[in-house]
Amino acid sequence: MAKVELLIAGFGGQGIIKAGLIIGSAASLYSGLNACQVRSYGPEARGGACKTEVIISDEEIDYPKVDEPDVLVAMSQEAYDSYVETVKENGIVIFDPDLVAPFKKPRTKRIYKVSATRIAEKLGRKIVANVVMVGALTAILKMLSPEAVKKALIKNVPRGTEELNLKAFQEGFSHGKGIVEG
Amino acid sequence: MRRDVLTGEYFTEGDIACAEGAIAAGCRFFAGYPITPSSELAEHMAARLPEVDGVFIQMEDELGSMAAIIGASWTGVKAMTATSGPGFSLMQENIGLAVMTETPCVIVNIMRGGPSTGQPTKSGQQDVMQTRWGSHGDYEIIALCPSSVQEMFDLTIEAFNLSETYRVPVVVLGDEIIGHLTEKLVIPNPEEIQVVERRKPLERGNYSPFSFNPEDVPPMACFGEGFRVYATGLTHDERGKPNMSPETQTKLVKYLCDKIRENTDKIVKYKEFMVDDADLAIVTYGSPVRTALSAVKKGRKEGLKIGLLKLSVLWPFPEKAVKRVSDMVDEILVLEMNYGQILREVERIAGLGRVRFFPKFGEDLHKPSEILKFISRCGK
Repeated sequence: MAKVELLIAGFGGQGIIKAGLIIGSAASLYSGLNACQVRSYGPEARGGACKTEVIISDEEIDYPKVDEPDVLVAMSQEAYDSYVETVKENGIVIFDPDLVAPFKKPRTKRIYKVSATRIAEKLGRKIVANVVMVGALTAILKMLSPEAVKKALIKNVPRGTEELNLKAFQEGFSHGKGIVEG
Repeated sequence: MRRDVLTGEYFTEGDIACAEGAIAAGCRFFAGYPITPSSELAEHMAARLPEVDGVFIQMEDELGSMAAIIGASWTGVKAMTATSGPGFSLMQENIGLAVMTETPCVIVNIMRGGPSTGQPTKSGQQDVMQTRWGSHGDYEIIALCPSSVQEMFDLTIEAFNLSETYRVPVVVLGDEIIGHLTEKLVIPNPEEIQVVERRKPLERGNYSPFSFNPEDVPPMACFGEGFRVYATGLTHDERGKPNMSPETQTKLVKYLCDKIRENTDKIVKYKEFMVDDADLAIVTYGSPVRTALSAVKKGRKEGLKIGLLKLSVLWPFPEKAVKRVSDMVDEILVLEMNYGQILREVERIAGLGRVRFFPKFGEDLHKPSEILKFISRCGK
């Protein structure tokens, strides 16, 4: 895989941009790849539409935006509805079934449901749903090693929350692995 | 471990790379009023400056921020502020004061969509002409335009160096996409970073804090260093004393402009990419450089003879570089996230009729495919 373009989208406050930052750091600092991340959000602090675009490549990255993603991670209905039809034909769609009703059909058949919010709630903190999603994405994408993503995760979460976040990652990773391996 | 140059590799955003560049260049004073999309820069400076014995002040507004960095610079420190469109408008009067008092300082403007409050979280390049002409009176200013996170770091250091060399305010003209773009930043070892320190006068006797000779920008004695220094926004002689004569006004205005104009070749920075055999050259700066590069690479694969001239310094305008490229190609395409600003400069150099223009507003960059489509319609 020479170049993968990801789009992670949801609401402001869900940690969408942080999820992209963890994936990007894992690629750029711990996997010998190039990565770049662009973010878009509204003027609101929380609750507005929020998305981040991450490109991972073994070549230099010029145009930093993602128009037709290889991977869409949708954490809200609006995000799913807005972008699911832009996903490439052989792309990957991952969404949280508790947040998204998938009426619109993508071009790809590779669709994965990850109940990130529910898994996070079971861990006691809904706020780590984004990290559960990062774990699942790592397992489904198979481009980055879980070790590299974990290193990036530790670097990018507040001190004192490492254990919870690693647990969230692991839960997401196992869940994702379970899905792809059937 | 030295805390001023955080040598290492980071996956970080343009705003933070800019702040680290400033600290590596020796900036020890920041006054600002946080505004999207430059707030991360102020936030980072607030965290980092105390670690290097620097001072961070959140001011009451942007007028005060600009005034504070001028004052700080005159006490001998390297000083900076950061803002975006609306704040940049408020800074214009005091930018003129910095020009007139030959005060080294750096102003970062992470451009967003205007006019007025416009689009706070979206990118734009609509402040290019304001940077050049925003304060009243005749003057020249330096503006640098980064198009990657690494360049946010590198060009901010360059901004401080140019500011100290020419005693002029220097603007780092970023845009929201580059300010918030996150990618790899490599901070080199301190000894690999070239930093221009402020030149100080050697002897007290005949020291003139100001000059009329564009080839000889004077060293700067700061307040409290024992020299007689008077800095005023009024027209002044070489000693700094107000002087209303037409001769002094003529000498001073010419000097303030010529110290930049006559050194244009030393100041400008640009990069040519595949222009040698090109029929069409894209001329652009800032984040659209990224799209342009992508379009040129794709276009070349399809057999299109296209190239790119990337401008890293916008002011003083790199006339010779644009002239050279325009002499080599049939057509020029200017890409900007505004309704035609650098376009006018390029038309002035290349001549009307040969310059095409593709503007873009709002959130998104031009898409590479859009550019190639536009180019395929050119020349027909």
